Amino acid sequence: MMIEEQEFSKKIDFKVWKRLLGFSKPYRSLMIWLVAQMIFAGLFDAVVPLFSKYAVDNIVLASRPDRLILMSIVAVLLIAAQAVNVRYMVLRAGKIEAWLPYDIRQNAFDHLQKLSLSYYDVTPVGWIMARLTSDCRRLGQTMSWNLVDLFWSGFMMLITAIFMLILDWRMALLVLVTIPLLVWISFVFQQKILHNYRQVRKYNSHITAGFNEGITGARTIKTLAAEQEMADGFGKTTSQMRNFSVRAATTAALYTPLVLMLGAIATGLVLWSGGIRMNQTGIMGMTYGTLAAFVSYAVQFFEPVRQFARVFTELNYAQASAERIFALTDTVPAISDSEQAINIYGKQEGEEGKAEWPAFAGNIEFENVSFGYENGECVLENFNLKIKAGETIALVGETGSGKTTIANLACRFYEPNQGQIRVDGIDYRDFPVMWMYSQLGYVLQEPHLFSGTIRENITYGRSDVSQEELESAARTAGAHEFIMHMDNGYDSEAGERGNRLSAGQKQLVSFARAILSNPVLFVLDEATSSVDTQTEHQIQQALSRVLEGRTSLIIAHRLSTVRHADRILVIDNGIIAEQGSHSELLKKRGYYWRLYTNQIVKGSLTE
Amino acid sequence: MKKLKLLKMYMAGNTKLYLLSWLSIVIHVALAALIPLLIAFYLDHIIGGLAIDSSTAAFSLSSRLLEFFRDNGSGMILPAIIGLTLLQGLFLFLRGKLTALAAENSSRRLRNSLYRHIMHQPYDFQSKTQTGDLVQRCTSDIETVQSFMSSHGSEAVSIVFQIMLVLVIMIQISPLYTLISTALIPLIFFLTIRFFLSMMKIFLAADEAEGELSSALQENLTGVRVVKAFAAQQLEIDKFTEKNSTHRDKVMLILKLMSRFWSTSDFLCMIQFAAVIAAGAWGALNGMITIGTMIAFSTYAGMLIWPVRGLGQMMGFMGQAFVALERIQEIFDYPVEDDETGTIDIKIAGDIVFENVSFAYGDGEKVLDDISLHIPAGRTTAILGATGSGKSTLVHLLLRLYDYQSGSIKLDGTELSTINRRYLREQIGLVLQEPFLFSRNLAENISLGRASASEQEIMEAAAKASVHDAIRGFERGYGTIVGERGVTLSGGQRQRIAIARTLFRAPSVLIFDDSLSAVDSQTDASIRAALQRDRRNVTTLIISHRITTLAEADQILVLDKGRIVQQGNHDELISSDGLYKTVWELQSKTDDETIDSIISV
Repeated sequence: MMIEEQEFSKKIDFKVWKRLLGFSKPYRSLMIWLVAQMIFAGLFDAVVPLFSKYAVDNIVLASRPDRLILMSIVAVLLIAAQAVNVRYMVLRAGKIEAWLPYDIRQNAFDHLQKLSLSYYDVTPVGWIMARLTSDCRRLGQTMSWNLVDLFWSGFMMLITAIFMLILDWRMALLVLVTIPLLVWISFVFQQKILHNYRQVRKYNSHITAGFNEGITGARTIKTLAAEQEMADGFGKTTSQMRNFSVRAATTAALYTPLVLMLGAIATGLVLWSGGIRMNQTGIMGMTYGTLAAFVSYAVQFFEPVRQFARVFTELNYAQASAERIFALTDTVPAISDSEQAINIYGKQEGEEGKAEWPAFAGNIEFENVSFGYENGECVLENFNLKIKAGETIALVGETGSGKTTIANLACRFYEPNQGQIRVDGIDYRDFPVMWMYSQLGYVLQEPHLFSGTIRENITYGRSDVSQEELESAARTAGAHEFIMHMDNGYDSEAGERGNRLSAGQKQLVSFARAILSNPVLFVLDEATSSVDTQTEHQIQQALSRVLEGRTSLIIAHRLSTVRHADRILVIDNGIIAEQGSHSELLKKRGYYWRLYTNQIVKGSLTE
Repeated sequence: MKKLKLLKMYMAGNTKLYLLSWLSIVIHVALAALIPLLIAFYLDHIIGGLAIDSSTAAFSLSSRLLEFFRDNGSGMILPAIIGLTLLQGLFLFLRGKLTALAAENSSRRLRNSLYRHIMHQPYDFQSKTQTGDLVQRCTSDIETVQSFMSSHGSEAVSIVFQIMLVLVIMIQISPLYTLISTALIPLIFFLTIRFFLSMMKIFLAADEAEGELSSALQENLTGVRVVKAFAAQQLEIDKFTEKNSTHRDKVMLILKLMSRFWSTSDFLCMIQFAAVIAAGAWGALNGMITIGTMIAFSTYAGMLIWPVRGLGQMMGFMGQAFVALERIQEIFDYPVEDDETGTIDIKIAGDIVFENVSFAYGDGEKVLDDISLHIPAGRTTAILGATGSGKSTLVHLLLRLYDYQSGSIKLDGTELSTINRRYLREQIGLVLQEPFLFSRNLAENISLGRASASEQEIMEAAAKASVHDAIRGFERGYGTIVGERGVTLSGGQRQRIAIARTLFRAPSVLIFDDSLSAVDSQTDASIRAALQRDRRNVTTLIISHRITTLAEADQILVLDKGRIVQQGNHDELISSDGLYKTVWELQSKTDDETIDSIISV
């Protein structure tokens, strides 16, 4: 399901802005400076037409060539000042633009590492990605450039109006009459334009997704001879994109002509009435220079209004971005250190307290454990299981029977809703979360490797590994040989998500990784499904060595993998339907026996 | 020359629209330049009461019209300005609308033809290219070109024309003042171009840093289980911090350079502007020019200085756009696979004969070496072999995903290489080991683009693939969206959907390339049973490691290093030593001694 999220908020929520300002605390003095510089820049822009006026009225018409030099000097000084001002303004705004998203992103990422799997179960990766990329970027821009534009345009409008009123209030009123209309049109259009722009981005992401899918799925499409159908489907997306974009561009193209018209009306009015009044004398008379200055003010008025309207709309989007990021950082980790654990072991930051952590022998006990995922489905009810230290437990059963859930609970990736899980006799919630995690070795059905070298992948999470340790772990996993055959041995790149390795090789690397971490509790979740029979057998051989003295949970479809377990549990709908050793279970002629005989050739076992 | 060709490639089919849009740009600019002229004329000749001289007449308005204006005085100024602005606005609107239309049309055409081009690439295209790079070329590169054509390009056209027009007018009024008013402009122009061209690399580096940042993030998020299980949060935070700060520093670098550029160029532009006013005042004082001219010049200078700096920026964008166009063209340079020629004039039953077939990828080692075999129509043939033994290659040849280099393959008596590729693939259904599901709902994934598909047909295919019940179990049933943006399915569910998708297309030959590996053996068996019941006469090829699956086949082939080393049915193969017997014993014997004895052999 695509998540259609709210793009902007209609109402200004001051709480959100207050928090955002909190985030920008380190940049507060920068921001104040920025506003002050903006005011100077606005003043400068407003002063520029006065130079023309001065030149016409006080130099040319007054025949005062001596003033020309004075004016030139003032102008050059002002211009130089403005250039320096611009330089530092861009630097300051740039600093906010670069650092604020960095801070927010870092903060959010740190928080993400604390969130438990239940969060990741219900939150699509794409959603989180968007929070940490585009939303962060938008906030950075808002707190820097939008702030700049907001103050510049607001100040410009104000100061231009004041200047005009001072120059000639009657004529100023003539120009200002058109302003409310200008503001109204600007707000209507800028909102529409920005909204359309976001829509176009959305269509654009459909196109990216389309290409992505077409390229990654190209082989599948080819084997199904579905090129035509796929191209037709994609053509519909590009047509939608085109039609909407053209419509959006049409709306945008209407705005400037409308504003031009208003400007023209104002300019025309100024010239017309100015023309009449120039011929008059006394209080109604006006100078040539004033008239010229007025014309430029009238023409220039619309730029700040446009900016103001645009920024104001941007703020709505920024607020929505902020709300979404806060939603992420406000999520309370479902699994965190209990008060009890903090009292005993102190607050854990990273693995600092590691030295004081107790040893873990490997006894795990489920007592009346009930558990259901957030979507409400109840997986386990009053589940009891006692695993002795060093015991190898195999879990078999159909997809959805609860095998993986049991393993996840044992690892404390989830905690029971009811009941208790005790490790070495103590509720594991009394220990730091990281304590449990640092005891684990976990091999998944679909091994996840990280980009980087094979070495980095095997030593993942550990910094103090010698070459001997590394090689011995790889040998045990049966990965050493193929690694040595690669161009750079252990320093060969694994590729993005390890895609330079075959599925089987990836599994061997992830296996070596688990071995190297020397865990007390070893979990293999369908770890041998994607390797061929001989590789599987190699892993079997390795396993018997590795599992020696460790507590282990093995989930497998291939019963050849589970045969050697000390105890095999057949899980059916969240309960233990059968348990015992391989031969015990075969004698029972129950579920396990059926499963097993189904996997082997007819006639080979039934006698 | 090459650039022109690229541009032509982009504009193809919309040339008229582009010409029209450029015409409206030119008209708009001309009208926009007229208005300050009118104001100057008004100030000088109507309010100021100056005589109309030859320099004014050169404004290309006829003197009679000017006199009419003068005589009717101030009453005319309002309607004249408003009328001109109205016209100007109309063409401004047309300009916006037409350029958008032309650029959007071009982009749509380009996107569609890129997509088609990629669809029709040979099977090994993916291994030659990087997905991320390809997607970027197809999306952001097109966007770069498009935004250049729709805004920057048309802006550049308008600036160039405006500069020419304004220069002509200025020179006619006063060549000397034109010189003074434009003295710094070439400097500003070249400074800007140079700056933006040099920035291209830095922009690119920042984009890359952002790309790395998101990849790091994505890797962390998709691997969250591993991160937790290895208690590697701190390591991940360190990795991310590095990418995050690299990106931050790249952004900061851009802004540092920008701050230097904007302040310098602002300074030059404003000095130029001030010079125009000062020189104008001096000229007016000495009676060399009129006040109206002086004011008009300051307006014109404004119409030159800022746009010239803009033009420099546009040239930078243009450089970017051409790089992007080239990158797009490179995709088009890959030749497409021919799926037009070849016969479609055979009825495929599935009788397949290999005679001395050999095959190697590129110049590499032979993957298939002198293979001869017969796959009888309507029967099931199973293939067993270690990774790299050539099993997948063998079935890939059947769909002409690759063409064999020597020997002969006959499908129902017709040489395979003479059969139309598309037709062949429609008739032979191959289910890949790692199936790809599309981001759409399950029903659409099974019917995949066939609009005529009935719900009944889809469900039947799903039922045969033993996935109907699982689909029913989902909250939205067949409407459940899967793939990248949808529900995550288990490996077994994905494989079964892929099987349903192939069955839906009712092929005459069915090939499973280890595509049942992730489903449990009971489901595996029930799928095969359903197939048996349904279509006894479909030729089926199954690649599998699972002995139960292999054992039921009519014929079993054992491949090793590109050669067929054993052939026969289950009973025949277990009675002689070899890979098949080893695997069979591994998978069926229970006592450890037997296994050890097998392995130690």
